Amino acid sequence: MKINYKGNIDLTIGAGGRAMNQLIHDLMLAEFDNEFLAQQGDQAILPPANGKLAFSTDSYVVSPLFFNGGDIGSLAINGTVNDLAAGGATPLYIAAGFIIEEGFPLAQLREIVKSMAKAAKTANVKIVTGDTKVVEKGKGDGIFINTSGIGVVENDWVATSPQTDDLVIINGAIGDHGMAIMSKRQGLNFASDISSDCAALNSLIASLAPYQKHIRIMRDPTRGGVSAVLNEWATFYNCSFEIDEEKLLVNESVRGLSEILGFDPLHIANEGKVMLVVAKDYADEICSLMKNHPLGQESRIIAKVNPASQVKVSMKTLFGGLRRVDWLNGEQLPRIC
Amino acid sequence: MKYIDEFRNSQVAKKLIENIQRKINPERKYNLMEFCGGHTHAIHRYGINQILPANIKLIHGPGCPVCVLPIPRIDQAIWLANQPDVILCSYADMLRVPGDKQDSLLKAKARGAQIQIVYSVLDALEIAKNQSDKMIIFFAIGFETTTPPTAHAILEAKKMGLDNFKVFCNHVLTPVAMTAILDDNEVNIDGFIGPSHVSIIVGSDAYREVAQEYQKPVVIAGFEPLDVLQSIEYLIDLINENKPDIINQYTRAVNPEGNLKAQEIIARVLEKRQQFSWRGLGQIAKSGLKIRQEYAHFDAEVYYNLPEFQSDDVKSCECPQILRGIKEPKDCKLFGKACTPENPMGACMVSSEGACAAAFQYSLISR
Repeated sequence: MKINYKGNIDLTIGAGGRAMNQLIHDLMLAEFDNEFLAQQGDQAILPPANGKLAFSTDSYVVSPLFFNGGDIGSLAINGTVNDLAAGGATPLYIAAGFIIEEGFPLAQLREIVKSMAKAAKTANVKIVTGDTKVVEKGKGDGIFINTSGIGVVENDWVATSPQTDDLVIINGAIGDHGMAIMSKRQGLNFASDISSDCAALNSLIASLAPYQKHIRIMRDPTRGGVSAVLNEWATFYNCSFEIDEEKLLVNESVRGLSEILGFDPLHIANEGKVMLVVAKDYADEICSLMKNHPLGQESRIIAKVNPASQVKVSMKTLFGGLRRVDWLNGEQLPRIC
Repeated sequence: MKYIDEFRNSQVAKKLIENIQRKINPERKYNLMEFCGGHTHAIHRYGINQILPANIKLIHGPGCPVCVLPIPRIDQAIWLANQPDVILCSYADMLRVPGDKQDSLLKAKARGAQIQIVYSVLDALEIAKNQSDKMIIFFAIGFETTTPPTAHAILEAKKMGLDNFKVFCNHVLTPVAMTAILDDNEVNIDGFIGPSHVSIIVGSDAYREVAQEYQKPVVIAGFEPLDVLQSIEYLIDLINENKPDIINQYTRAVNPEGNLKAQEIIARVLEKRQQFSWRGLGQIAKSGLKIRQEYAHFDAEVYYNLPEFQSDDVKSCECPQILRGIKEPKDCKLFGKACTPENPMGACMVSSEGACAAAFQYSLISR
């Protein structure tokens, strides 16, 4: 019997019996289709890897589940792919765990699974194992997805400490993902054209292989935004960063909504951006190379590395003043007036 | 971006700075208070305080509604949120503000109180319409900017016969607070960078008493960085000429008499309290608003016979002096140590637009 996608997830599906088996077989196995998943074991037996292993996990609890530019499914794949790629690894395999709330529409689950399959194909990774659990109504928020990923570091690239005068590159505009989500949050629903930048960055990062020895560190600035990454680096590597506000790219709609809500785009999440600290002498070449990639066309140098004795992260403002760029304090909450 | 980029042009900023440098008298100090937290935020965010001549001192006033709400009122809001079948609706940035013993609405929510973030009082009204089995209490705070919608919502609730909608009213008044600050002999202010959004409602004429009786010029300034710079230039002119006048720099939104319709709605529904306590500043006579007897049915204070709470500001906190411009954030021994945005001890650190929070977040002083 075929699954009726007009229905909803119920506890029968969650009981681990025939209904669950049918859902996994008809939906997950069919969409994620690959030789490792087809083994249908409680584990995926994978071939030996040619290099050091990179292993990462992340849980996705985004609301709303569907947003302009993506959904929780594509986010769950791209997020883990990017976490691996930013460590210099080639992402290979992904494990996906679903926690679904009773009553969740099956049609939406199908849409999410299809989106994950498409994202995995684009990123050239395989979803090789997984798990599905159903929780009672009221004990979840529709659907949560956890993805864990394995990648391989083939060329011994390791992060190294930034040096004074190094430069920081980012592959485009900041804040698109966070604002795409915020604009569709319950109670706001701004009529905006902001689209999430949700994308897998592994092929962009792979294209930089010729310059690897000049790249000190990489990171994708997700929650906490650009400011969180720079503050983390500054603390860990004991250096300081100075952003040039004039060089930062913030799309018009993101700027407008940030103004209304009192948010700083430097604190807003991205899902398709990578930041690199690179040796000064190679920064322009690396930036040019990134511009050749579809996800790097708006790449730019946005900051420089200063000696450790200075304020950890600062920004030269458009007016020529200098101000601190701090961590985000707590959650960003819209201001009253 | 039209209407934003025009007010952030670095070339225009450079020109304005040159004007200010040319106009100032190097022999004297200019103590300018920006009353609004929005201005404080813009000044720090664009580093305006660093590019002004050293003899212009910007004093960050008390104009942040989140900051100035006293601890007992937060305690009362938490008490209301804990009543059976209540949904307390609040603007988001109130949730973090600490009450007694660092409790907050955010913590009350985590303990199970039903607290809903709303972006407008009309959202709260909508919830009341849809959830008739719950009592919806709107936590109304703010200066004149947010007051008219609160008054309007009460009129709407009456029209609709919504018995399950109440308002916990904490609205405060700007011009009264300015005069209260000036009454302090220690205060040394030469002029005000006047509020912008507030002035849309009250009009630029509302500052006549400040300008004429206290001999302090006021320039109503927009929130964009170029607005602030141009307003500083205007203030320097007025101070140099010894003219305690009012200039409206924010002409694109403010007129002399303000929004008469909004004023009429406020006057119909709300009236001045004899006293209202401000966090960091203490009691200020006739500086707060309460719901008129005629609309008492919608007043959460009356309906719940709201208990009084006794809790004071932290003793060693220097907020009262900082809000008056007598001290700066760095002069407070709690600043950046015991008192941080994650764990604010005083009014100025509570909201991102408070003087200490802005200094903590943006300034290059070591901490």
